[in-house]
Amino acid sequence: MPALAPPPRRTQFLARRRRNYYLFIAPALIVVGAVIIFPWLFTLWMSVFDWKIGSSAHFVGVGNYQTLATNQRFAEAILHTFYFTALAVILPLVLGTAAAMIFHREFPLRGVLRGVFIMPMMATPVAVALVWTMMFHPQQGVLNYLLSLVGLPPSLWVYSPTLVIPSLVLVEIWHWTPLVMLIVLGGLAALPTEPYESARLDGATEWQLFRHITLPLVAPFIVVAAVIRTIDALKTFDTIYVITGGGPGTASETINLYLYLQAFAFYNIGTASAVVVVFFVIVLALALLLLHVREKTKWA
Amino acid sequence: MDIRNRPRAPVVITVDTRHKVRAHRKRWLRRIGFWLSVIVIVSPAILVFLWMLSLSLKTEIDNITYPPVFIPNPPTFANFLQVFSENSIGRYLWNSIVVSGGATLVALAIGIPAGFGIARVGARRLTVLILLARMTPALSYLIPLFAVFQFLRLNNTLTALVITHLVITVPIVVYIMAGYFETLPKELEEAVLIDGGSVWSTFRYVALPLARPGIIVGTILSFIFSWNNFVFGAVLAGRETRTLPVAVYNVLTFEQLAWGPLAAAAIVVTLPVLLLTIFIQKEIVAGLTHGGVKGS
Repeated sequence: MPALAPPPRRTQFLARRRRNYYLFIAPALIVVGAVIIFPWLFTLWMSVFDWKIGSSAHFVGVGNYQTLATNQRFAEAILHTFYFTALAVILPLVLGTAAAMIFHREFPLRGVLRGVFIMPMMATPVAVALVWTMMFHPQQGVLNYLLSLVGLPPSLWVYSPTLVIPSLVLVEIWHWTPLVMLIVLGGLAALPTEPYESARLDGATEWQLFRHITLPLVAPFIVVAAVIRTIDALKTFDTIYVITGGGPGTASETINLYLYLQAFAFYNIGTASAVVVVFFVIVLALALLLLHVREKTKWA
Repeated sequence: MDIRNRPRAPVVITVDTRHKVRAHRKRWLRRIGFWLSVIVIVSPAILVFLWMLSLSLKTEIDNITYPPVFIPNPPTFANFLQVFSENSIGRYLWNSIVVSGGATLVALAIGIPAGFGIARVGARRLTVLILLARMTPALSYLIPLFAVFQFLRLNNTLTALVITHLVITVPIVVYIMAGYFETLPKELEEAVLIDGGSVWSTFRYVALPLARPGIIVGTILSFIFSWNNFVFGAVLAGRETRTLPVAVYNVLTFEQLAWGPLAAAAIVVTLPVLLLTIFIQKEIVAGLTHGGVKGS
């Protein structure tokens, strides 16, 4: 056989190959279709019905959405969600970046300490939430004890309607700062050294180095961390459900908690599906906004 | 001559010397400041876990006293014994193993080939699907799946749980394996293809053996995230088929346990995951630090 095959044979050869590769992807695509795409479409479909489990469904068009738009409790849930998310994104970003700066330096035991530092983000959220619940206890919890050691009055933590969301954010910070740290650390690792050398020669201080060289260069990574944190914070469920269940009252009820109530306490499938769609739109909007910011920072 | 009393040049304190001393002191202060920040950053992480351990090893009396006792005296394993015997944590442990293990195995069976296919076809854009999947709350998959399982009368079974957990495990395996296969050079596979081998044989005999590190990381991460899941079990599992996180939560709300056994249960739930984390700690760090920008 000659070494050069005529073009049509070759394209056929390649085409057959590609088809084989698609066969590899097929099973996973089927499963993803069944457990992810189908539920999604079903939810969209269900959101225009009024359906409680046990009775029949009837079509209501945008009825569910209208009810949600005027629902006081849902509006509050949105507020709580934004408040929680804002705190739970900004604070870990700041602390995580600081932690990344620290772990960027070489120091003895760095590997071990880094391993310890990432344990919170891998631990089972429910187990951790249980421990925090015990720590938050006003009389017997260790947190109030620590406060008393520094002379501060005991706090109600998650039992106070005003303090509950910040207290939950405290748990989130503990839980997810390591993730931000790792992402920003990756960015720091890729930094060039020349700007630092020439700036140092010009007599710049550490703070100036950070603010004018480091910060702009790691900004894309910080934004990536912000996107991931925002999406995760909006979806937070386990921690809030276990520690407060949405309480006291409904003070810490986020959209996700409200969704759970509608779907699995009231069995209000139609309303719950509408909540899911609204929620997804919110998440998508925020994610796109942040990605847009990321594009802006890329060539800073 | 006595070396201690040897004649020496007179010590002259110049401006330069003073600068050196000041710089030296500053560097020393900066060192201390650095170590202080290391301690401040790392201690919350480890202290909470240590507190969890402390709670579980203390007797009931020690757990109720105020001010809190930090080091159990004497330490006791009674809490652990109690959760295994009275609260049948053993059964829930088994459920978690079956569900997470099963979901991970299925994810590996279909996800590794899928990752290979995606990498070789260059369809990286499919991973946008995974990002979209990540954006929706887990609950939104649950509502339709719950309805379907009720209809199929699969409610409260472990099978339903395994199927649902595929939502978690398959994307992780596909994402990691696609990224990993992309880094494998194609030359070896092309050599096999030119010699007349099938695509399957390039996968089975060339790519798969080389992908072992990626498979290990993918397996462990998929297992961890499935193990940690709470909502799916909370909604779909019955009393007999609960996974550990759900069981532990129920123990809190319905059985009003004392803190000792509660902390012991929490440790039983999270210890396997923490051990696995230590095992692949380096890979997690590596994967997140340079996949962070690429992936999204």
